[in-house]
Amino acid sequence: MAANPMTQFEVYRIGPEIKIGTFDISFTNASLFMVVSSLAILVIFNLGSKKNSMLPNKIQLLAELSYTFVSKMISDTAGPKAKPYFAFIFSLFMFVLFCNMFGMIPYTFTVTSHIIVTFVLAAFIFIGVTIIGFIKHGFGYLKLFVPSGVPVVLLPLIVVIEIISYLSRPISLSVRLFANMMAGHTMMKVFGSFVISLGIVGGWLPLTFSVALTGLEILVAFLQAYVFAILTCIYLNDALNLHH
Amino acid sequence: MIRKYIFQLIFLNLFFLKEVFAAESGGMPQLDPEFWVSQIFWLTLVFGTLYIVLSKLVLPKISANLELRKSQIQENIEAADKQRKDSELKLKEYDDIILKSKLESKNLFNETREKTLKNINIKRDSLEKQIDEEVKKAENEIDQLRKSAPEKINKIAIETSSEILKNLIGTEINNSSISAIVDDLFKKNEGKYYGN
Repeated sequence: MAANPMTQFEVYRIGPEIKIGTFDISFTNASLFMVVSSLAILVIFNLGSKKNSMLPNKIQLLAELSYTFVSKMISDTAGPKAKPYFAFIFSLFMFVLFCNMFGMIPYTFTVTSHIIVTFVLAAFIFIGVTIIGFIKHGFGYLKLFVPSGVPVVLLPLIVVIEIISYLSRPISLSVRLFANMMAGHTMMKVFGSFVISLGIVGGWLPLTFSVALTGLEILVAFLQAYVFAILTCIYLNDALNLHH
Repeated sequence: MIRKYIFQLIFLNLFFLKEVFAAESGGMPQLDPEFWVSQIFWLTLVFGTLYIVLSKLVLPKISANLELRKSQIQENIEAADKQRKDSELKLKEYDDIILKSKLESKNLFNETREKTLKNINIKRDSLEKQIDEEVKKAENEIDQLRKSAPEKINKIAIETSSEILKNLIGTEINNSSISAIVDDLFKKNEGKYYGN
């Protein structure tokens, strides 16, 4: 009777079917939680920036702390040149964080547990960073694949490895987030269903696990958003400050 | 450090994935492409909107707020610094004034004391001189008196004796003879009358 732990990831239509040409772009539960997360971000940060008091209230403090946190993260990893991309990385971090956190509420849908979502984000970052790199350095950007100080004999091998590692960036970036979220939620579901199936006598152990896992998952939700953002910063750093 | 952590995470991810794939026979809904286009569309739309609103409306405001607060705090700190310096200067001035006035009062006191002492000395000197003079004068007078006293007494004695003799005998007696007698008596009893 244990529910399939993967049903929580199912996408279903909310409202009518919308089609553009042959493409189905219906509003789904995934879309709903994207909208909810974005609205939550906008509401919080709008309230947090509405009035400027010398002594910030809680929500203003939250907004300003997030701002300085992300700002510091970017300047630490990518330097002052990355300032124009601050808004993008901030939005990215907040979007992923809020999607992850909304997923922690029971019976909600975790947007970031879908490979297609994370992959689109990662691919966008990858393409964007590559374009920025070529704009800033021209073909000199290809020097990224030729680390300095490597013996000439090893160079062909190193270059191949570097290219593969560069090309696998969007995959690793997207799979990391997606797999973390999916695995965590699946595990919580599995332990949750153990509580039901073992009943009042044996259910306490998985319940304890469930509680602990919830804490862990909240940590992971934050950490993965952070990792996603900081890796974006690192990639951006490669493109902006080319030194290998 | 972070890189190491990321590698560990990747490893754990793969481990979990394998487990999930093994446990699952129905497959993952994530790999069902039915709603991929929908998700891409909505992600682009929502994230794009979020990015535009945040970057154009919200973040500049937060940034301006932070800048404003920073500058205000800086201004306040500067103002406080200035006031502190001012008050320190004032305190120094005050101390100077106190020191100066202390010195002044000391000087004034000393001066006045000296003046007064001088005055007192002068006055005392003049007073002493006066007293000395007076004493001298008095002594002179006394001396004179003392010197003239026997003569007067003699004179009185002579006059009295001539009167008494006139009354007793009824005739005038030569004054010179009487005065000779009185002088003689006076010389005999000189020590008796004046005690010195």
